[in-house]
Order: sequence, then C-alpha cells, then structure tokens
Amino acid sequence: MRRRLQLRHLEELLVRGLMLTSMLLVAGSLGSILWTVLVRGLPALTWSMLTQPPGGGYYLGNQGGILNAILGSLFLALGGSLLGLVLSLPLVLILENWHRHSAWGRFVRLSLDVLWGIPSIVYGAFAFSLMLAAGLRASLLGGMLVLALVELPIMARTMDEVLRLLPADLEQAALALGASRWQTALGVILRQAQPGMVTALLLAFGRGIGDAASVLFTAGYTDHLPTSLLRPVASLPLAVFFQLGTPYPQVQQRAYASALVLTLLVLAVSLGSRWVSARLGRHVIR
Amino acid sequence: MEHSTDPHIRIHNLNAWYGNHQALQQVDLDIPRNQITVILGPSGCGKTTLLKSLNRFLELDDNARLTGTVLIDGQDIYAPGQDVTAIRRTAGLLAQRPFPLPMSIQDNVAYGMRIHHLHPAGRISERVQHYLQEAGLWEEVKSRLQAPAGGLSMGQQQRLCLARGLAVEPEIILGDEPTSSLDPISAGHIERRLQALKEHYTIVMVTHILRQARRLADYVAFMYLGQVVESGPAEQVFGDPKEARTRAYLTGEF
Amino acid sequence: MRSGFRNPSASPSHANREQLAGASAWLVTLIPVLLGGGILLTLVIRSLPLLERSSLAGMLLGQEWAPSRGVFGFRPFIAGTAWVTTLAVLLAVPPCLLTALYLSEYAHRSLRLLVKPLLDLLAAIPSVVYGVWGMLVIVPWVADHLLPLVNTFAGHIPLLSTSNPTGFGILSGALVLAVMIAPFIIAVSCEVLDGVPRGVRQAGLALGATRWQVVKSGILPMALPGLFAGVVLGASRALGETMAVLMVVGNLARLPHSILDPAYPLTALIANNFGEMMSIPLYDSALMAAALLLLVIVLAFNMASTLILRRLMGRVHRSW
Repeated sequence: MRRRLQLRHLEELLVRGLMLTSMLLVAGSLGSILWTVLVRGLPALTWSMLTQPPGGGYYLGNQGGILNAILGSLFLALGGSLLGLVLSLPLVLILENWHRHSAWGRFVRLSLDVLWGIPSIVYGAFAFSLMLAAGLRASLLGGMLVLALVELPIMARTMDEVLRLLPADLEQAALALGASRWQTALGVILRQAQPGMVTALLLAFGRGIGDAASVLFTAGYTDHLPTSLLRPVASLPLAVFFQLGTPYPQVQQRAYASALVLTLLVLAVSLGSRWVSARLGRHVIR
Repeated sequence: MEHSTDPHIRIHNLNAWYGNHQALQQVDLDIPRNQITVILGPSGCGKTTLLKSLNRFLELDDNARLTGTVLIDGQDIYAPGQDVTAIRRTAGLLAQRPFPLPMSIQDNVAYGMRIHHLHPAGRISERVQHYLQEAGLWEEVKSRLQAPAGGLSMGQQQRLCLARGLAVEPEIILGDEPTSSLDPISAGHIERRLQALKEHYTIVMVTHILRQARRLADYVAFMYLGQVVESGPAEQVFGDPKEARTRAYLTGEF
Repeated sequence: MRSGFRNPSASPSHANREQLAGASAWLVTLIPVLLGGGILLTLVIRSLPLLERSSLAGMLLGQEWAPSRGVFGFRPFIAGTAWVTTLAVLLAVPPCLLTALYLSEYAHRSLRLLVKPLLDLLAAIPSVVYGVWGMLVIVPWVADHLLPLVNTFAGHIPLLSTSNPTGFGILSGALVLAVMIAPFIIAVSCEVLDGVPRGVRQAGLALGATRWQVVKSGILPMALPGLFAGVVLGASRALGETMAVLMVVGNLARLPHSILDPAYPLTALIANNFGEMMSIPLYDSALMAAALLLLVIVLAFNMASTLILRRLMGRVHRSW
C-alpha cells in the first residue's frame, strides 16, 4: 500500500498547486493595494495635511491639506448612516413581527433585494433628478439623503438576517408574559439583535465614507470646510479622484494622502465592527 | 475453505482524542479474518471512532489526534508514506445513512472502478452487474441503470452503496450502523448480504442493536467509555461474559 | 384579531395603540417598494425626451456619440461595459473558485478564520482606492511589461492586437474589476460548497478517491447551479462599478476590437459627463437613458441569477 506514482495523484498535486497560486494571487493583490496606498500616501501625511483645508485653489503650491474632505466624508457617512438606520430599523422590525411569512412581506423583501443590486451611480442619477426638480443644489444634505437610500437595502438586509437567526422561543417567552408585540420588539428582540445591528450600522458607515459614485452628483465638491447642510461638501473619494488628475505634484500629494486616510478609516471601521460584535455579543443567547 | 489464522487487523495501543476529550483509551484488539466482528457498546463509548480509525477517516476531523498502530495484513496503515487512498480502498465503508453519488445507478457502482482503473472500459457494465448482484439489488434496477441514483428508496440506496463499495475490491468491509436508517425489510436484506459476504471479506460492524449483534456476530468487542472491556468469539462473550460491565450491558442494565 | 383575546386585562388604549402601530407599520413597509418604483419611473421620465426623438433601436445600435450634434448612439458604451465585465468575470472565476474549493474542502479550519477578515478587508476597500492602485500598478504593468510581450509574440491575434500603447484599456479595467469582485465570488462560492451535504465527501473518500476526484465528480456537479448564480451576481456587481473602472479604462467612445483597446463603459459615461449635462440639449436625457439602460441590465442579471438559484437548487436538493 505504499504510494505508487499514479496519474490521479499527480492531478491532485497539480490542483493543489493551482489552488495555492490562486490564494497567493488574492492575498498578493490585497498586499499590493495596501502597499501602494501606504508608500504613496505616507510621505504626504503631515500634520498640516490633516488639519487644514486646501489653501486658495489648486495651484498654490503645497498649501493646505485635506481637512475639508475628511470632515466632509465623516459628516456624509454619519448623516447617511443615521438616516439609513432611521428608515431601515423600523422597516426590519415590522417585517419580522408582522410580515414574517405573508405575501406582502415577501414582496417587500423582494423589493429590498432589487434595491440592493442597484449600482450607486444609478442612485446618484435618480437623486440628482429629484434634486433638480425640487430646485436643490448639490449639498451636504443631498449627499446624506443619497447615502441613506444606498444604504437602506444593505442595512435592512443585514439586520433582517440577524433577526432571522434569533431563536424563535425568545419572542414566545416575552409574549407569554403579556408583552405586546411592540414591547417585545423593542425590549427583547432588539437587545438580542443589538450586536448585529451595530455591526450593520458600522458597515454602512464604512460604505458611506468610500462611496463616490452616488455623491458625485449630489454632494458636489468644495475646498471649504463643511459649514451648512445646504452647501456643497468635499469627500475623500472625490478628493482623490479630482486631485489625482491634475498635473501638479503638490496637488497629487493631497490625493495620495486622501487615499491613505480613506483606507485607514475603512480599515478601522472594518476592524471596529468585529470588535464591537465580539464585545456586545456577551449577552446574546445562542 | 482455507482461512489464514492470523488476524486480518491488529490494533495496538490505540489512543484517540477529539480536542481535549479522549475518545479511545489504549485499545488493543485483533480482528479475525473472514468473520463478522461486531463492536458493541452504549452511545458515546467510542465504537464509531474505533471504526473510523481503521480506514483513516478520523483524520478528516481537524480536531482529532491519534497515537498507536493499526496493522492490516502486517502493515501499519499510519506509517508515514502510506497511500491513504489505497488504504481506504482496502477497507470500504458502509455508512449509517446511504449516500449515493450524484450520478446514475450504473455510474455509482462504476465510480470506484474508474478512479482506480480496475477494469478496461469494455468490462465495466459486466462488472457493475456482478456487484449489483452481490449486493442483492440487480433484479430491482436492471432495467433502469441510467436513472439517477437519488430516485431509489433508502433500502435500495444502501444496497447500492454496498455494491459501490464492493466494486473497488476491498478486503475489509466496515459498517457504521448500516441498517439504522432503514426499514426492517431493507435492514434484513443488508444483514443477509453481509452474512453471505463474510466468506470473502472481513467484516467489522458497529451497532447498538443487541439483537442484531446476536444475529450476525462471529466475534464481539464490547466497548465502554473508550476502552475495549472484553472481546472474543460471539458464543463466549454472549454466553459467558467475563466482565461485570459486559454482563450488565447484555442484560440491558444500560 | 390581535387585541382582544390575548390580553383580556389590557386597557382600551393598549388595544388602540396596537392598531395604530399596525397601520403605521404597513406604511413603513411601502418605502422600499416606492423607492424601487420611483427610481425606475424617474429615470424613464427623464429619458423620454431622447426616446421621443430617436428610436430605441437607433439608440442602442448607433455607433456614433456626438452630443453637440445631437447624435447619441449607445453601442460603444454597451460594448465597453460588455467587454470589461466579461473579461473581468473570466479572469476572476478560476482563481476564486479554486480558492473557495481550497478553503471549503482542503484547508484546516484555522486557515478559514484567518482568510475571512482578509476577504472582508478586500471587499471594504473603496472603489477610488482600487482606481488609484489600478493607475499606479496595473496600467504601468500592462504598458511596460505586457504590451511589449504581446506585440512581439502575439501581435497577430486580433483579440490582442492594438494601437493603444498607454496601458489604459479593457484589460486593465478587467484586472482591477476582477480583484474587486473576487471577495464576493469567493464568499458566495464558499457558502454554496458548504451547502453540499457531507455524505458526498464521505462516500467518495471511503472508496479511496483523492480529494480532487471527490470534488470533481461529487461536489462540483451538486454545487454548479449555486456557483453559477454566484458568478452571475458577481458580474452584476462588476457591471455597476464606476470609479475604479473609470480611472483605468481609457474612456474612448469607440467600439473595441481587442482587450488592449480602450473602452468607455456606461458607468464611466455617466460619471464623466454629469458636469456638462445641462449645457447641451438632450445630453441630460441621454445620460439618464444610460443610467436606465444600466439599471435594466443589472436587474436582468439579478433576476436571472435568483431564478437559476431557485429553480436548479430546488431540483438538486429534492433528489438528494
């Protein structure tokens, strides 16, 4: 029974080799991306870069930094995620409590699935049309609204899955004590689902920082710090996009710095959501 | 009929762990050739673990660890350099729940023959018929060999799995409670086939049904909490058990 | 229905609150439905001016794009989207499938725990960062290393011959897209492979098959519909990708003839020109029509994938 040289064993070895190569390709791509962003962005990451808006136009040397974009992205993502939460949380609770198996519930879930697949640039075009018709200019508020719409199906879907995984007896236990459906929803179910919800929120936030296509039309761009909901606002992805294309190296530096800050923020959110779900998950019943 | 009198399988000082839990403790067992050996015991005693160590299925579990030797025909199957696929061919497995491969009845039986290149293509269908007959399924499926195997009843599927396993020409048949998911009639079928097959194969079977053990066993190993408490010819263990625990189990105390 | 029997001791206001809550609840569920319909409707309405002027066929098949002359032929952009997406999927599927197979069938459990955060990270990286990477790494590699090789050894093959020396083109776009959709395809494929019942592996391995033989003849046939649906979903993601592709694909509105030619996908069209939308008559209508076109294509892909999944998975599962 010692190993004889058989064709199928060679085939097995070949396939294993291909598999490892594939994994190296995937890991290598991630490494290459992070490395590139780091190598280009780190030299540009000075204190003034992070704490000042661009100084008077694109063409004035290395004056100023990317604070406009950093703050803009944070506000956009925060506003968009909170608005998205306000819309999706009741939606999901209602779906779970009243429409778990009904035909209407299935239809609503189908709509959410459809919405989930729509590219963010289509959301941008849609929102732009609405804003045009309503006479609104590109602004922070517009950007927040679009992000909320983009994130609505993502958050709803994630939270819906969290709720579906809940043990069925949990609701029964609360109802048996005489709680109304709303009380059960808020007091018991929400608590069990809390870590999943927070994770969904954080992931949406991360998406909101990085999404460019939807805010392209609706949030505009500016060199100024965000001061009002009704004025255009800068964002990190657009900062990268617009500033990379100029022939001025100092401006390109800002673009690389923006890319690095953006990547670090997204990394932080991604790791943070894992940490949160581990911490908050202490009380969750499995 | 000529039997070699040395044991077909010799298990020596076998220990197995799942994580920190020790499932087998210093198991020493000799399994005789061309007989039905039944491994008996209450649930959790390690019978399936012992069975799985005979065809190196234990290592499929990331958590499992094993020390000791298992000699099949004098060769340690755990020695480095051994070809696992050849070992698994030698000791075929009849599992608790029949699982046909996603192909036709004919292809199921032919699968093993093809991957081990046992027969030229021209002989395959004749061999398939032979093994289906050995498993007692031929009459029922001879007119629909190309039908998907999933369409058979449970009892038929288990016999198909038996035919499929025989087709790779093993020396040993391992049965992991092979009739527990079958109705009584199909179970009876399988039992009769196993009794017929022991003439040419060494059969090791795990069961928790005492009556089935009494019906089939030529040799018995009684296990409790990971140890082989007692082993020997069936008449001896059933008729005059030496250990108190064996006696207690046989009288249904646990 | 709800209020009376369950809480016989409840006050009337408790019951009323229940009913009010129920009614407002239903209204909330209207939101996604209205949103979906609203997007579709809005885009159609905004595209109407263009649709009234030229026929649908003329728009879809027209090869010329000259907004200042009022000529809007979408064919170059549809072709651009098709080329980039198809190549991206072709490039992504083999390594992703192999990775998923390794993680699901071969790897130790601990490896999977290690790899999952990496894949999550890859999926979280914003589109523009992929674009930057594409511009700084992929495009130069194509221009400086791949193009010379191709021109020397394979310049005569039509699919590979090009007059574009810049490296910005379909191949670069497809490479970047392939990495972007990789975590998604791997994750979905892992899920599908995990769903294949364990009995198949046991049955195959017990017969002395090698792991790869078990995968080939047992697991893949059962997983195939799900894997295919996952690839279709990945393709629809790639279709909708804007920023990364925009930055590396060349943005030239001509029908491509080779994978090294530049192209102009629909998403890039919309993103690049929104600024000039209002200055030329019918331009805004054309871009909205492009968005509508994109929407319809993505929806068609998503529906196809869901249908395949439902139909074929149902059949496979029923017989096993």
